[in-house]
Amino acid sequence: MLGKLSWSAIPFDQPIPLVTGAVVLVAIIAVLAWITLKGWMPYLWREWITSVDHKRIGIMYMLFAMVMLLRGFADAIMMRSQQAIAFHSEGYLPPEHYDQIFSAHGTIMIFFVAMPFVIGLMNFVMPLQLGIRDVAFPTLNSVSFWLTASGALLVNMSLVVGEFARTGWLPFPPLSEITYSPGVGVDYYLWSLQISGVGTLLTGVNFVTTVLKLQAPGMTYMRMPVFCWTALASSLLIVAAFPVLTATLAMLLLDRYLDFHFFTNEAGGNMMMFMNLIWIWGHPEVYILILPAFGVFSEVVATFSRKPLFGYRSMVLATMAICVLSFMVWLHHFFTMGAGADVNAVFGIASMIIAVPTGVKVFNWLFTMYGGRLVYASPLLWAIGFMITFVIGGMTGVLLAVPPADFVLHNSLFLVAHFHNVIIGGVVFGAFAGYSYWFPKAFGFRLHEGLGKAAFWCWFIGFYVAFVPLYVVGLMGMTRRMQHYDVAEWHPWLLVAAGGAVIILAGIILQIAQLAVSIRDRERLRDDTGDPWDGRSLEWSTQSPPPAFNFAVLPRVEGNDAYWIMKQRARRLGGLSDEPVYSDVEMPRNSATGFVCAFFATFMGFALIWHIWWIVAVAAVGAYATFVVFAWRDRTEYVIPADEVARIDRVNRNVRARVLEQVAS
Amino acid sequence: MAPIALTACDPAVLDPRGAIGIADKTILIDSLAIMLAIVIPTILAILAFAWWFRAANTRATYRPDWAYSGRIELVVWGIPLLVIMLLGGVAWIGSHDLDPAKPLASNSPPLEVQVVSLDWKWLFIYPNLGVASVNQLVVPAGVPIHFSLTSASVMSAFFIPRLGSMIYTMNGMRTQLNLVADAPGTFLGLASHFSGDGFSDMHFDVRAVPAQQFTAWIEATRSTGPSLDPTSYAALERQSMNTKPFTFRAIDPDLFNAIVAQKLPPGPGPEGGPESGPDVTVSPRAPR
Repeated sequence: MLGKLSWSAIPFDQPIPLVTGAVVLVAIIAVLAWITLKGWMPYLWREWITSVDHKRIGIMYMLFAMVMLLRGFADAIMMRSQQAIAFHSEGYLPPEHYDQIFSAHGTIMIFFVAMPFVIGLMNFVMPLQLGIRDVAFPTLNSVSFWLTASGALLVNMSLVVGEFARTGWLPFPPLSEITYSPGVGVDYYLWSLQISGVGTLLTGVNFVTTVLKLQAPGMTYMRMPVFCWTALASSLLIVAAFPVLTATLAMLLLDRYLDFHFFTNEAGGNMMMFMNLIWIWGHPEVYILILPAFGVFSEVVATFSRKPLFGYRSMVLATMAICVLSFMVWLHHFFTMGAGADVNAVFGIASMIIAVPTGVKVFNWLFTMYGGRLVYASPLLWAIGFMITFVIGGMTGVLLAVPPADFVLHNSLFLVAHFHNVIIGGVVFGAFAGYSYWFPKAFGFRLHEGLGKAAFWCWFIGFYVAFVPLYVVGLMGMTRRMQHYDVAEWHPWLLVAAGGAVIILAGIILQIAQLAVSIRDRERLRDDTGDPWDGRSLEWSTQSPPPAFNFAVLPRVEGNDAYWIMKQRARRLGGLSDEPVYSDVEMPRNSATGFVCAFFATFMGFALIWHIWWIVAVAAVGAYATFVVFAWRDRTEYVIPADEVARIDRVNRNVRARVLEQVAS
Repeated sequence: MAPIALTACDPAVLDPRGAIGIADKTILIDSLAIMLAIVIPTILAILAFAWWFRAANTRATYRPDWAYSGRIELVVWGIPLLVIMLLGGVAWIGSHDLDPAKPLASNSPPLEVQVVSLDWKWLFIYPNLGVASVNQLVVPAGVPIHFSLTSASVMSAFFIPRLGSMIYTMNGMRTQLNLVADAPGTFLGLASHFSGDGFSDMHFDVRAVPAQQFTAWIEATRSTGPSLDPTSYAALERQSMNTKPFTFRAIDPDLFNAIVAQKLPPGPGPEGGPESGPDVTVSPRAPR
């Protein structure tokens, strides 16, 4: 009846997951009870859960990423504390638990923190920057979000029901095969990524279509803000790379469930094939994450330098060059497999070539600052912190691309320090820069600046304190994923690294405080203008928060920095352009498709993990039926009458006119 | 980072004791130096621009529309390109000179050592000398060693930081590595690819000893301990953690090839078989 599931799946003898699970469960029940008692459930369902508005979905993605960051960081601090005390000692986490923690940390941070954060930013910002009303497929967008949430739910369920993978964040066979990992951990990993991977692929298709097919009048490719270019490049990479991940994981699933032999030791299986395939996805994946972050920095550096971006065409060229090159370097993840000198050299040099367009980007941000008037708001702090940190991370990356250097640094903590250097210094700093930059656009009030800056300094300093020691112990030969060790020289450095994690923790606490204080003081932090930073692209031309339809009339774009041009003209002419003729706006109706579909997908994934075949069948039918019902719907859109559009837009126009008078006087 | 590491007691990779390790380190330091030549000025420029062009600085010139300069574009594409061309040459030459399979130039013939990674220990077979050892590797100093490597079960990697390059071990496949210890000494060897619960204890001492001492060790080894044949190998293949070093007085000379050719079945994995569920038992850990 319940497959492999029994009471023995609950780790009653392990206090850490059990207590954590109980606390989280109580917290979820308390929040749900509070929402229900306050009568907010209908509002949540109507305005958020079933929303197909790209802005709402983007905000939900980012909120989700921030919640998952807490889970991933809890894993991180457990790992750092374990390694800090596990010198000549077992520490407090036995290997079977420690192995799950580092596997879950990597999986969660990449798939359920970094990915949703950048997808959330793209979701919120890209249509606004393009001057359009929504993405190409709004309901699909909601499906993507809820499938991602479904995958994350399964990963977190593994904390208290069964176990998570003990194989690392990429489950290399044969270790991940049924012979060596007979438990459900790898199955949790595989099914949660298969489900969320579908969501991510749909997002890629959706965004590529949006950028290529939907723009405001006059928004030609070479007038798009660089963030839109990076979103396009990132989405193209998703479309090209995620099917590879899905296929690779599907092959491993076939090995585990149906006795296939793609990657097994026996019967002609080949684990090197898995290595190649997973990194053919895995290397573009890091550019899927970093390119949108590059886009954020391009917007932030230009805005806060009070200048247009230097070398726009170079930036576009560099972005697309990285997009293509990222598919040609995967082998640098396993130079030590013994492929031979020619192969290693070719892939090493190909990897270095990516450093050229990346270097160009850094120089272009540098020259954007040149001749500027830098306003040190917190988004710019993140950007400058990024530039310095990322240059170092890029350097150690190119070092690892030199095969003989990799021969002694591969799989060491030097490597771990390198990719945290680029992912924290690049993706995470980019996500936080974007978060503080666009927060006033999303909610109509700013974030508290003092707490934001304090959080930046904690993250910035904490990063160096936590990861410079890892570079050092890597050079001392310490390999990654050690549950304990006996080398005395490593110990002091790992103590320092644990201290760094505590400083980062302080940064996270400050960010939570910043959000709470900003919500409390929202009236004082209110921004009525919709353009708090004196922005340059179209998202700043609409209200904060933007109305459901984003733009009453689609803006007419006449060059790069479209909104800057409009503002300049209004200042020159001493007034706004004439009021446009408003017409009815048709917007997509909300749909529960995404939520219901993900509801069934969660049950299906859980049942597949535990071999409960009847639930698999019921849930598969349910998920399919959800789509059939959606496909059969009669009414797809609702109309916002012209009067209502006019009323909303006149408020915005009045504000702009008032600001214009202030500037003039 | 390099200066900090140099002051530490045991910067293994930066303090190599063998020709391969020295060459790896040289390439590492050279590449770092080439890149620092561009990275340090870039970081200084970031800091300088960020400071000088702050809004409060009235002496800085504001160029609100300056967004293009062909000359600067040429430089920003040119400098990284030149650096990468130089570094690419280093990578090309280094990859070929230091290919793990490339024999070392030496007057003495290399010592053959066959390496098998097991769950979770290392087996070292000396095929021409007829002995084997577990979790300890004794080699003559100054003599090149040619390793042939495979895995009995999951993937692993063989790494002696002080001697240089690492290489993967994989079941059903044979990889090669050539290393040398220039002088006598004891070095840490470890598994540098995660392989499961017993991974952290999969390290071993590498003792490089003078030639006579090595011969004496071989003689002593031949006189005691069990013999390595398919039966004792099957017992050795079972998962165990923190295995104390021991030696085999005699070996089946075809054992390594039988493992590579998969004539001997791969390691059985956790006891209890595939259906044992989440609470996979592993052999109890020896007290420390």
